[in-house]
Amino acid sequence: MDGAVYQNGVLRVPVNGEIDHHGARVWRDELDELIRVHRPRELLLDLQGVAFMDSAGLGLLLGRYRHMCTLGGRLVLLHAPASCVKMLRLSGADRFIYLKEERKEESV
Amino acid sequence: MRKKPINEMKLDFASRSVNEGFARSAAAAFACQLDPTLDELADIKTAVSEAVTNAIIHGYRNQSGTVTLGGKMYEDGLLTFTVTDRGCGMENVHKAMEPLFTGAPNEERAGMGFVIMQSFMDKVTVSSKPGKGTRVTLQRRLRRRR
Ligand SMILES: Nc1ncnc2c1ncn2[C@@H]1O[C@H](COP(=O)(O)OP(=O)(O)O)[C@@H](O)[C@H]1O
Ligand SMILES: [Mg+2]
Repeated sequence: MDGAVYQNGVLRVPVNGEIDHHGARVWRDELDELIRVHRPRELLLDLQGVAFMDSAGLGLLLGRYRHMCTLGGRLVLLHAPASCVKMLRLSGADRFIYLKEERKEESV
Repeated sequence: MRKKPINEMKLDFASRSVNEGFARSAAAAFACQLDPTLDELADIKTAVSEAVTNAIIHGYRNQSGTVTLGGKMYEDGLLTFTVTDRGCGMENVHKAMEPLFTGAPNEERAGMGFVIMQSFMDKVTVSSKPGKGTRVTLQRRLRRRR
Protein backbone atom coordinates (compact mmCIF):
# COMPACT_ATOMS: atom_id res chain seq x y z
CA MET A 1 0.00 0.00 0.00
CA ASP A 2 1.27 3.44 -0.94
CA GLY A 3 2.79 5.37 1.93
CA ALA A 4 2.65 2.70 4.64
CA VAL A 5 5.48 3.18 7.17
CA TYR A 6 6.62 0.73 9.84
CA GLN A 7 8.78 2.10 12.66
CA ASN A 8 9.35 1.06 16.28
CA GLY A 9 6.40 -1.32 16.32
CA VAL A 10 4.00 1.22 14.86
CA LEU A 11 2.52 0.58 11.43
CA ARG A 12 1.17 3.81 10.02
CA VAL A 13 -1.08 3.58 6.97
CA PRO A 14 -2.78 6.46 5.13
CA VAL A 15 -6.32 5.43 4.20
CA ASN A 16 -8.14 7.38 1.52
CA GLY A 17 -11.18 7.44 -0.73
CA GLU A 18 -14.76 6.39 -0.08
CA ILE A 19 -15.01 3.58 2.47
CA ASP A 20 -18.38 1.99 1.74
CA HIS A 21 -19.24 -1.68 1.20
CA HIS A 22 -17.76 -1.38 -2.29
CA GLY A 23 -14.50 0.25 -1.14
CA ALA A 24 -13.98 -1.55 2.19
CA ARG A 25 -13.15 -4.93 0.67
CA VAL A 26 -9.92 -3.73 -0.94
CA TRP A 27 -8.77 -2.04 2.28
CA ARG A 28 -9.51 -5.12 4.35
CA ASP A 29 -7.20 -7.25 2.23
CA GLU A 30 -4.47 -4.58 2.04
CA LEU A 31 -4.47 -3.90 5.78
CA ASP A 32 -4.54 -7.55 6.78
CA GLU A 33 -1.60 -8.24 4.50
CA LEU A 34 0.38 -5.34 6.02
CA ILE A 35 -0.45 -6.52 9.56
CA ARG A 36 0.58 -10.06 8.64
CA VAL A 37 3.93 -8.87 7.26
CA HIS A 38 4.87 -6.39 10.01
CA ARG A 39 3.05 -7.77 13.09
CA PRO A 40 2.93 -4.27 14.66
CA ARG A 41 1.98 -3.54 18.28
CA GLU A 42 0.09 -0.51 17.05
CA LEU A 43 -1.84 -0.01 13.81
CA LEU A 44 -2.12 3.73 13.20
CA LEU A 45 -4.60 4.55 10.44
CA ASP A 46 -4.43 8.10 9.10
CA LEU A 47 -7.95 8.84 7.84
CA GLN A 48 -7.18 12.36 6.58
CA GLY A 49 -7.85 11.32 2.99
CA VAL A 50 -11.16 9.57 3.69
CA ALA A 51 -13.89 11.45 1.83
CA PHE A 52 -16.76 9.23 2.95
CA MET A 53 -17.42 6.42 5.41
CA ASP A 54 -20.52 4.41 6.33
CA SER A 55 -21.09 1.31 8.47
CA ALA A 56 -18.96 -0.76 6.09
CA GLY A 57 -16.07 1.46 7.18
CA LEU A 58 -17.05 0.86 10.78
CA GLY A 59 -17.03 -2.89 10.06
CA LEU A 60 -13.58 -2.51 8.51
CA LEU A 61 -12.25 -0.75 11.63
CA LEU A 62 -13.84 -3.27 14.02
CA GLY A 63 -12.37 -6.14 12.00
CA ARG A 64 -8.87 -4.62 12.05
CA TYR A 65 -9.25 -3.95 15.79
CA ARG A 66 -9.96 -7.65 16.30
CA HIS A 67 -7.00 -8.57 14.12
CA MET A 68 -4.73 -6.34 16.23
CA CYS A 69 -6.15 -7.93 19.40
CA THR A 70 -4.98 -11.35 18.28
CA LEU A 71 -1.46 -9.87 18.20
CA GLY A 72 -1.89 -8.16 21.57
CA GLY A 73 -1.74 -4.79 19.81
CA ARG A 74 -4.02 -1.80 19.47
CA LEU A 75 -5.73 0.29 16.82
CA VAL A 76 -5.35 4.09 16.73
CA LEU A 77 -7.12 6.47 14.33
CA LEU A 78 -5.63 9.75 13.24
CA HIS A 79 -7.72 12.55 11.68
CA ALA A 80 -10.97 10.59 11.84
CA PRO A 81 -13.79 12.43 10.03
CA ALA A 82 -16.80 13.51 12.11
CA SER A 83 -19.08 10.82 10.64
CA CYS A 84 -16.55 8.16 11.66
CA VAL A 85 -16.35 9.47 15.23
CA LYS A 86 -20.16 9.53 15.43
CA MET A 87 -20.40 5.91 14.30
CA LEU A 88 -17.68 4.78 16.73
CA ARG A 89 -19.60 6.43 19.60
CA LEU A 90 -22.94 4.94 18.48
CA SER A 91 -21.46 1.44 18.48
CA GLY A 92 -19.46 1.96 21.70
CA ALA A 93 -16.26 1.16 19.81
CA ASP A 94 -14.70 4.46 20.93
CA ARG A 95 -14.03 2.68 24.23
CA PHE A 96 -11.38 0.45 22.68
CA ILE A 97 -10.39 2.15 19.40
CA TYR A 98 -8.23 5.17 20.15
CA LEU A 99 -8.74 8.55 18.48
CA LYS A 100 -5.99 11.12 17.91
CA GLU A 101 -6.43 14.61 16.47
CA GLU A 102 -10.00 14.34 15.20
CA ARG A 103 -10.72 16.19 11.99
CA LYS A 104 -12.61 19.45 12.40
CA GLU A 105 -14.41 19.93 9.10
CA GLU A 106 -16.58 17.24 7.60
CA SER A 107 -15.44 16.74 4.04
CA VAL A 108 -18.09 16.04 1.43
CA MET B 1 -52.06 16.31 4.86
CA ARG B 2 -48.66 17.59 3.93
CA LYS B 3 -48.37 20.18 1.17
CA LYS B 4 -47.17 19.19 -2.27
CA PRO B 5 -43.40 18.79 -2.63
CA ILE B 6 -41.57 21.68 -4.28
CA ASN B 7 -39.35 19.20 -6.13
CA GLU B 8 -39.17 15.46 -6.76
CA MET B 9 -36.79 12.96 -8.33
CA LYS B 10 -36.68 9.25 -9.03
CA LEU B 11 -33.77 7.07 -10.09
CA ASP B 12 -33.63 3.40 -11.06
CA PHE B 13 -30.25 1.72 -10.99
CA ALA B 14 -28.78 -1.79 -11.10
CA SER B 15 -28.08 -3.50 -7.77
CA ARG B 16 -24.31 -3.33 -8.17
CA SER B 17 -22.04 -2.16 -5.35
CA VAL B 18 -20.41 0.51 -7.57
CA ASN B 19 -23.80 2.26 -7.58
CA GLU B 20 -23.68 2.89 -3.82
CA GLY B 21 -21.50 5.93 -4.47
CA PHE B 22 -23.63 7.01 -7.40
CA ALA B 23 -26.85 6.88 -5.34
CA ARG B 24 -25.59 8.86 -2.34
CA SER B 25 -23.99 11.47 -4.59
CA ALA B 26 -27.28 11.86 -6.48
CA ALA B 27 -29.14 12.23 -3.16
CA ALA B 28 -26.64 14.86 -2.01
CA ALA B 29 -26.88 16.78 -5.30
CA PHE B 30 -30.68 16.81 -4.97
CA ALA B 31 -30.50 17.96 -1.33
CA CYS B 32 -28.16 20.81 -2.29
CA GLN B 33 -31.12 22.78 -3.68
CA LEU B 34 -32.18 23.35 -0.04
CA ASP B 35 -28.77 24.78 0.84
CA PRO B 36 -27.83 22.24 3.54
CA THR B 37 -24.82 22.54 5.86
CA LEU B 38 -21.86 20.24 5.21
CA ASP B 39 -22.80 18.21 8.28
CA GLU B 40 -26.38 17.79 7.08
CA LEU B 41 -25.13 16.70 3.67
CA ALA B 42 -22.71 14.21 5.20
CA ASP B 43 -25.52 12.72 7.34
CA ILE B 44 -27.81 12.36 4.32
CA LYS B 45 -25.10 10.68 2.25
CA THR B 46 -24.36 8.20 5.02
CA ALA B 47 -28.03 7.31 5.63
CA VAL B 48 -28.79 6.88 1.91
CA SER B 49 -25.64 4.80 1.50
CA GLU B 50 -26.77 2.47 4.32
CA ALA B 51 -30.23 1.93 2.81
CA VAL B 52 -28.92 1.42 -0.73
CA THR B 53 -26.19 -0.99 0.42
CA ASN B 54 -28.79 -3.01 2.33
CA ALA B 55 -30.99 -3.23 -0.78
CA ILE B 56 -28.04 -4.51 -2.82
CA ILE B 57 -26.43 -6.98 -0.42
CA HIS B 58 -29.40 -8.11 1.70
CA GLY B 59 -32.45 -7.43 -0.50
CA TYR B 60 -30.97 -8.85 -3.70
CA ARG B 61 -28.19 -10.88 -2.00
CA ASN B 62 -25.83 -9.59 -4.69
CA GLN B 63 -28.06 -10.96 -7.48
CA SER B 64 -29.13 -8.59 -10.22
CA GLY B 65 -32.15 -6.42 -9.62
CA THR B 66 -33.24 -2.81 -9.72
CA VAL B 67 -33.03 -0.38 -6.80
CA THR B 68 -35.16 2.76 -6.85
CA LEU B 69 -34.16 5.95 -5.08
CA GLY B 70 -36.84 8.59 -4.74
CA GLY B 71 -36.43 12.07 -3.31
CA LYS B 72 -38.88 14.81 -2.35
CA MET B 73 -38.38 18.21 -0.84
CA TYR B 74 -40.88 20.54 0.76
CA GLU B 75 -41.20 24.26 1.25
CA ASP B 76 -40.49 24.00 5.00
CA GLY B 77 -37.08 22.36 4.53
CA LEU B 78 -38.22 18.75 4.88
CA LEU B 79 -36.39 16.20 2.74
CA THR B 80 -37.52 12.61 2.23
CA PHE B 81 -35.75 9.79 0.43
CA THR B 82 -37.15 6.35 -0.31
CA VAL B 83 -35.01 3.36 -1.19
CA THR B 84 -36.98 0.47 -2.67
CA ASP B 85 -35.94 -3.04 -3.68
CA ARG B 86 -38.01 -5.96 -4.92
CA GLY B 87 -35.73 -8.48 -3.27
CA CYS B 88 -36.14 -11.05 -0.48
CA GLY B 89 -37.80 -8.79 2.10
CA MET B 90 -37.69 -9.30 5.87
CA GLU B 91 -39.68 -11.58 8.20
CA ASN B 92 -39.09 -9.41 11.24
CA VAL B 93 -38.30 -5.75 10.68
CA HIS B 94 -38.10 -4.98 14.42
CA LYS B 95 -35.42 -7.56 14.96
CA ALA B 96 -33.48 -6.45 11.87
CA MET B 97 -33.40 -2.89 13.21
CA GLU B 98 -31.88 -3.83 16.57
CA PRO B 99 -28.32 -2.58 17.14
CA LEU B 100 -25.67 -5.13 16.16
CA PHE B 101 -28.19 -7.43 14.47
CA THR B 102 -26.89 -8.65 11.13
CA GLY B 103 -28.20 -11.37 8.87
CA ALA B 104 -24.74 -11.67 7.29
CA PRO B 105 -22.31 -12.17 10.20
CA ASN B 106 -19.44 -13.61 8.16
CA GLU B 107 -18.97 -10.51 6.00
CA GLU B 108 -17.68 -8.04 8.61
CA ARG B 109 -21.03 -6.28 8.70
CA ALA B 110 -21.27 -4.05 11.75
CA GLY B 111 -25.04 -4.59 12.11
CA MET B 112 -25.30 -0.82 12.67
CA GLY B 113 -26.92 0.28 9.41
CA PHE B 114 -30.41 0.93 10.77
CA VAL B 115 -29.06 2.48 13.97
CA ILE B 116 -26.98 4.88 11.89
CA MET B 117 -29.93 5.75 9.64
CA GLN B 118 -32.05 6.47 12.72
CA SER B 119 -29.46 8.59 14.44
CA PHE B 120 -28.37 10.51 11.31
CA MET B 121 -31.93 11.25 10.16
CA ASP B 122 -35.03 12.51 12.01
CA LYS B 123 -37.26 9.59 11.11
CA VAL B 124 -36.84 6.19 9.45
CA THR B 125 -39.78 4.05 8.31
CA VAL B 126 -39.38 0.52 6.98
CA SER B 127 -42.00 -1.56 5.24
CA SER B 128 -41.06 -5.03 4.09
CA LYS B 129 -42.70 -8.24 2.93
CA PRO B 130 -40.89 -11.57 2.67
CA GLY B 131 -40.49 -12.48 -0.98
CA LYS B 132 -41.73 -9.06 -2.15
CA GLY B 133 -39.13 -6.52 -1.11
CA THR B 134 -38.39 -3.60 1.16
CA ARG B 135 -38.96 0.13 1.21
CA VAL B 136 -37.01 2.39 3.55
CA THR B 137 -38.12 6.01 3.97
CA LEU B 138 -35.66 8.51 5.41
CA GLN B 139 -36.76 11.95 6.61
CA ARG B 140 -34.69 14.91 7.62
CA ARG B 141 -35.69 18.50 8.18
CA LEU B 142 -32.91 20.91 7.29
CA ARG B 143 -32.26 23.91 9.48
CA ARG B 144 -33.41 27.04 7.72
CA ARG B 145 -30.51 29.37 7.19
CA ARG B 146 -32.05 32.35 5.49
N1 LIG C 1 -33.37 -4.22 2.01
C1 LIG C 1 -33.27 -5.31 2.80
N2 LIG C 1 -33.77 -6.52 2.40
C2 LIG C 1 -33.66 -7.61 3.19
N3 LIG C 1 -33.10 -7.62 4.42
C3 LIG C 1 -32.60 -6.46 4.88
C4 LIG C 1 -32.66 -5.25 4.12
N4 LIG C 1 -32.10 -4.26 4.84
C5 LIG C 1 -31.69 -4.82 6.00
N5 LIG C 1 -31.98 -6.16 6.04
C6 LIG C 1 -31.71 -7.08 7.16
O1 LIG C 1 -31.49 -6.31 8.33
C7 LIG C 1 -30.20 -6.62 8.88
C8 LIG C 1 -29.62 -5.41 9.60
O2 LIG C 1 -29.27 -4.37 8.67
P1 LIG C 1 -28.18 -3.31 9.11
O3 LIG C 1 -28.60 -2.69 10.39
O4 LIG C 1 -27.95 -2.38 7.96
O5 LIG C 1 -26.88 -4.17 9.41
P2 LIG C 1 -25.90 -4.92 8.36
O6 LIG C 1 -26.20 -4.42 6.99
O7 LIG C 1 -24.53 -4.55 8.82
O8 LIG C 1 -26.19 -6.39 8.51
C9 LIG C 1 -29.41 -7.11 7.69
O9 LIG C 1 -28.32 -7.91 8.06
C10 LIG C 1 -30.46 -7.89 6.92
O10 LIG C 1 -30.64 -9.18 7.50
MG1 LIG D 1 -26.47 -2.46 6.45
